[in-house]
Amino acid sequence: MSEVTPEIVAEHGLKEDEYQRILEILGRAPNLLELGIFSVMWSEHCSYKSSKVWLKTLPTTGDCVIHGPGENAGVIDIGDGLAAIFKMESHNHPSFIEPYQGAATGVGGILRDVFTMGARPVANLNALRFGDPEHPKTKQLLSGVVAGIGGYGNCVGVPTVGGEVNFDPGYNGNILVNAMTVGIARTDRIFTSKASGPGNPIVYVGSKTGRDGIHGATMASAEFAEGTEEKRPTVQVGDPFTEKLLIEACLELMETDAIVAIQDMGAAGLTSSSFEMASKGGLGVELALDKVPCRETGMTPYEMMLSESQERMLIVLKPSREGLARRVFEKWDLDFAVIGRLTDTGRMVLTLHGETVGDLPIDPLAEAAPEYERPWEPAPSRPHIDAAEIPPPADLGQALVTLLGSPDLCSRRWIWEQYDHMVMADTAGRPGGDAAVVRIHDSDRALAITTDCTPRYCLADPERGGAQAVAEAWRNLTAVGALPLAITDNLNFGNPERPEIMGQFVGCIKGIADACRTLDFPVVSGNVSLYNETNGHGIPPTPTIGGVGLIEDLAATATIAFKAAGEAILLIGETTGHLGASLYLREIAGRHDGAPPPVDLAAEKRVGDLVRGLIVQQAVTACHDLSDGGLAVAVAEMALAGGLGATLGQPDGGLPLHAWLFGEDQARYLVTAPAAGVVLEAARQAGVPAVCIGETGGSGLTLPGTDTISLSTLRAAHEGWMPAYTGA
Amino acid sequence: MKAAVIVFPGSNCDRDVTVALRQSMHAGGGGEPTLVWHKEADFPAVDLIVLPGGFSYGDYLRSGAMAAHSPVMTEVARRASRGVPVLGICNGFQILTEAGLLPGALMRNAGLRYVCKDVHIRVESSQTVFTSKYETGQTLRIPIAHHDGNYSADDDGLARLEDGGQIAFRYCDNDGSHSSAANPNGSARNIAGIFNETKTVLGMMPHPERLADAQLGGTDGRPLFDGLIEALS
Repeated sequence: MSEVTPEIVAEHGLKEDEYQRILEILGRAPNLLELGIFSVMWSEHCSYKSSKVWLKTLPTTGDCVIHGPGENAGVIDIGDGLAAIFKMESHNHPSFIEPYQGAATGVGGILRDVFTMGARPVANLNALRFGDPEHPKTKQLLSGVVAGIGGYGNCVGVPTVGGEVNFDPGYNGNILVNAMTVGIARTDRIFTSKASGPGNPIVYVGSKTGRDGIHGATMASAEFAEGTEEKRPTVQVGDPFTEKLLIEACLELMETDAIVAIQDMGAAGLTSSSFEMASKGGLGVELALDKVPCRETGMTPYEMMLSESQERMLIVLKPSREGLARRVFEKWDLDFAVIGRLTDTGRMVLTLHGETVGDLPIDPLAEAAPEYERPWEPAPSRPHIDAAEIPPPADLGQALVTLLGSPDLCSRRWIWEQYDHMVMADTAGRPGGDAAVVRIHDSDRALAITTDCTPRYCLADPERGGAQAVAEAWRNLTAVGALPLAITDNLNFGNPERPEIMGQFVGCIKGIADACRTLDFPVVSGNVSLYNETNGHGIPPTPTIGGVGLIEDLAATATIAFKAAGEAILLIGETTGHLGASLYLREIAGRHDGAPPPVDLAAEKRVGDLVRGLIVQQAVTACHDLSDGGLAVAVAEMALAGGLGATLGQPDGGLPLHAWLFGEDQARYLVTAPAAGVVLEAARQAGVPAVCIGETGGSGLTLPGTDTISLSTLRAAHEGWMPAYTGA
Repeated sequence: MKAAVIVFPGSNCDRDVTVALRQSMHAGGGGEPTLVWHKEADFPAVDLIVLPGGFSYGDYLRSGAMAAHSPVMTEVARRASRGVPVLGICNGFQILTEAGLLPGALMRNAGLRYVCKDVHIRVESSQTVFTSKYETGQTLRIPIAHHDGNYSADDDGLARLEDGGQIAFRYCDNDGSHSSAANPNGSARNIAGIFNETKTVLGMMPHPERLADAQLGGTDGRPLFDGLIEALS
């Protein structure tokens, strides 16, 4: 082993004081292998050293929570002896360097986090942020990421049912690829990574170990600079076929009593998986690295321990169950090797052909992981803009057409038609609605799933933006008739060593925590992605929220499509015409200023509970939440989905029409009903503002102050942008 | 009535088609489809063999090429030659062409991208064991989900299919007309599915098992399974 020099320490991303702590723990200088292990275990990606103190402030408990953060994924009780297991995770840096494989392996990684716990994955979603469409890289990144997500998810046979996409120059040098998987398990068959039983065999299964992805976790914990493309060899390559076999083999073995603990090899591969299992069980491990199945000859212990080759799992078996387990994995043509055993020494001892090549104490390494209370400064607050200060457009109808055809609001069909969103034959609510609806197999119940974040709100006011992201996820689940249960969060930010970025992080966390508490919507899993910067420019703060809700009866749900002519269209919730930080302001008025809309969480809950009740009682025929683009965009989307027009009357009150049509006030829904009376009466009793604003019918949309716009004009704008942009 | 669904490594619609078969079997007198692992070359006698969709062997070579050489396929071919009906859906269709049980080949989609969406297909003949519950000329709404669904054969081969009444389904508009706009993948003559000469083997790219349940938004796929169960019971 070569000698560890200060240059090598720096190359491993370890700070001087961190290296001093290593010397104290070991009582000697580490060798290169040991240094590599410390560096990945203490990387931001694995240790959460900048974020941990704040993550602890999030609400993580609730009636439905079985396992909160700390496991591979969050686990919630969904009744009938079943649990939903889910998590979202970022693969931002690899996807920027190599969009197809970066995105594909992001999907593979999050799938493993979920089936590791015993769940069959039933749905994938993805939240994507790209740079300015005019930026020379954006088109290729969009095409590559979408193809990579599809290439992996389609092959493993898990439907990709939803997600979101934004374009903003703030992501020009650092796109975001956040992938979410939801699985379903029996509550009495949930597996964790906590090892027990010294002497129990440690088994390696799945793909062979190669030299790919070495130091991926460290890469994900550093800023980008020019020339980062040279890091391409550290991007892993995905093999969805092997993943499919691994899912089936693991689920088959999980039907037996052979498994003590199981952990996927994700970031930092064999190092973090073996560490995690031993650390949680308060035990030690001995690994014989010569037993590790390798793709290439001559791989060093350093490479084996730090490789991020995909589709690999580590399992602690009960004594004498090796034969049973081996037969299952051999049936599926997967590698299976006993590579070590648990010990009671509390140390990780690594050997190669009988010779010790690394020896580290586990608890001190885990416990001494750095934890920083980084300085932060609150984001400067932006003034509220009064709607009257914002000029109306030359033509309200044209403004709607422009918005519907803008990159952030146009149809995402070009994307989701490249994803198999129907495999497993349980997709009851396909992409394009407020939330995906996935039937719980062999039942009349379903999960509703969504991902949400409005980065421009988070940039304008992190706390309000964080709360809004949670509120919108809650609202989208409610809009299909689901009871929102819990969330996973994927917190994407810039360099936490800069106080203004840390301020964005702290603000968003406060907003998320507040919203989760009020809406009884706990955080059960999550991922933090920091250092999303290129050449000193941080991304807009992007705390993506993945929400899961439960539908008790598939017969009592709602979709956004207008169903029949002559039905009343009702606006539920309070409308003030808030245009600050709105898409109208950005796309039509060309301004990026103003405070985002206030988030009144008590009102959100009151309005949502009313709307969910109406859907469950089947008192409404369609429902859509109001968000980006406001009322006019929502009406247009409902009309396009149903192939049926609408006419809206002149609103009461003194709001300027453009503020009424395009304002982005929160806690609002549009519903249709055969007659308005039932809805208005229910709203009155609930103390919720509701008003009948128009009627469905015809083949065009007639808004107050506009001529009728044909659905075909709206559809051409809405469906046209992305195919034209991508060139097909 | 007994049915076998062959499971290759990488099959991922095996459960879906099993559910659709079971639904029709339960409605038509009972029985339970059997899942047959591809290494089980010797599986029990059945009245119907189904090759499901998915990505057998990852489709890392040509789609279906590896699975066509799987141990079980020798037996499938032997039984097909004796007249046991064989249904191949999507990857199953690709495997049938690679195995030589159906003519032609499924090439990369003309648009070069994977496509998952509902399409309309026209039933070209109701006079088969697979299509007896449909009317000739009937338009169905059925989803496709594939990257390699662009059916290709030489002119003589296409003429033989036409002359022999071997074209099972064609992509069409919702009024049944065969326009090029309705062709989602560039298939020759809008072909979505074909029979062998004896009409006992059907390969089709659309997934009837995905719209055989009203909860999923449509039931146009169900008569295919109902008809098979009825005819083979």
